[in-house]
Amino acid sequence: MNRLIGKKILSGIIILLLTLPGLSFAQQKNIILATTTSTQDSGLLDVLIPIFEKQTGYFVKTIAVGSGQAMAMGQKGEADVLLVHSPDAEKKFVADGYGIHRRLVMHNDYIVVGPAEDPAKIKGMKSTPAVFKKIASAGSLFLSRGDNSGTHSKEKAIWKASGINPEDQKWYQQTGLGMGQTLNVSSEKNGYTLADRGTYLALKKNLSLDSLMEGDAILLNIYHVVEVNPGKWPKVNAAGARAFADFMVSKETQEVIKTFGVDKFGSPLFFPDAGRKEEDLGK
Amino acid sequence: MDLILEGIKKAFLLLITLDPEVMGITLLSLEVSGTATLISLLIGISTGTAVALSEFPGRKILVSLINTGMGLPPVVVGLFVTIFLWRNGPLGFLEVLYTPTAMIIAQAIIASPIVMGISLAAIQALPKNLRLQILALGATRLQMVWILIKEAKLPLLAGVMAGFGGVISEVGASIMVGGNIKGYSRVLTTATVMETSRGNFDIAIALGIILLLMAYFINLVLTQIQQRERPR
Repeated sequence: MNRLIGKKILSGIIILLLTLPGLSFAQQKNIILATTTSTQDSGLLDVLIPIFEKQTGYFVKTIAVGSGQAMAMGQKGEADVLLVHSPDAEKKFVADGYGIHRRLVMHNDYIVVGPAEDPAKIKGMKSTPAVFKKIASAGSLFLSRGDNSGTHSKEKAIWKASGINPEDQKWYQQTGLGMGQTLNVSSEKNGYTLADRGTYLALKKNLSLDSLMEGDAILLNIYHVVEVNPGKWPKVNAAGARAFADFMVSKETQEVIKTFGVDKFGSPLFFPDAGRKEEDLGK
Repeated sequence: MDLILEGIKKAFLLLITLDPEVMGITLLSLEVSGTATLISLLIGISTGTAVALSEFPGRKILVSLINTGMGLPPVVVGLFVTIFLWRNGPLGFLEVLYTPTAMIIAQAIIASPIVMGISLAAIQALPKNLRLQILALGATRLQMVWILIKEAKLPLLAGVMAGFGGVISEVGASIMVGGNIKGYSRVLTTATVMETSRGNFDIAIALGIILLLMAYFINLVLTQIQQRERPR
């Protein structure tokens, strides 16, 4: 009886070992890229990664999460390279020694979207904190990502600038979901939300949301590539991370970023910025 | 409503044109969940039968643990498997996180208690005297177990279907340990989540329909086997 069970479990383990595709990949050829949902949901990475893989022979494992989670993965040495858009958190990440070689890749911008009827009457306003204040005083529904993503930290920074603490307010709801899903929720519930332009444009056809506020300097959405510090985590694929980061800021890639989305949306989703300074953006 | 029709149309288009990406995703779903179910059968039926046929102190506690395990939340399994498989985690040396293998491991953990619980109940439901009778006819213990398993074929196959159904439809663990990597660890459920968040609802619906069709045909085959000889 026991021998039978033992045999069965043993053969189970053998089957498991035989089916391990992970072992056939050499470790140094794998790169774990932790990035934000916007780069995946917009389709940009589907264009860039095959080019990179073909050029270098690396295999990129893209894990699309929020910027917060991406950096948490980097902090634990569970990712090799990050493509994120949460500048303040990134600076801290590098200052704490978890990341090296933070380089500017591209930007686009955030917009405040909401129902076309605009119940809080924010259309035409010029300052984003003032817009948030008006939404708060009107008590209009505002949907927050609530997931520590780059967009969420930007939103929190704007609330802070407006001097309002939206937590626990009835009109303030956190979805805990990615940008695409949060936009869908806002559209269904007729709420306002802060969105990156790329995801909004990609989903626009299914949404009953208008872009109501854009162009404020605070709304810049800046993407950097950061390599995880191999000095902290020896298992990190440092060479692969460097190759990917170099690829992102290379001239050819920046050219692809510049034209990505033009055919589909009539305007680019991202603006390439390699080599520029963060302070000079939006000027 | 238009959206659903659009989705159905798209599903048939993707199937008829044998869209290579969708075919790859479908095959991987089948491969991952099929392997996980096989592993769970080995673990589940053997352990379930062993527990059903033995008496020992703490048996009731073990049985209630198995029954609780039948409702293991996939995301919790996904979380723990991720932590164990991290490079710097206890099983990091295996280097299988974000691979189909990791998904098989997680799904096998989800399906095993389901198969185990149903096997246990199936074997226990057999008349007690049957065991004595078989032994009295001169069978060895091994032969007895084999006959019992054959006798319980009907509910055991229900266990197979429940286990397979549990993992093929599961998304939480697969996305966490597999990473939904294009052309590598993307399965029907994780692709559906992603296409939904991309706003491609028609493709998401199409993938959902393909998933349902696949589950239906698998269960059709299993049901054929199960109902082949109806019990007296």
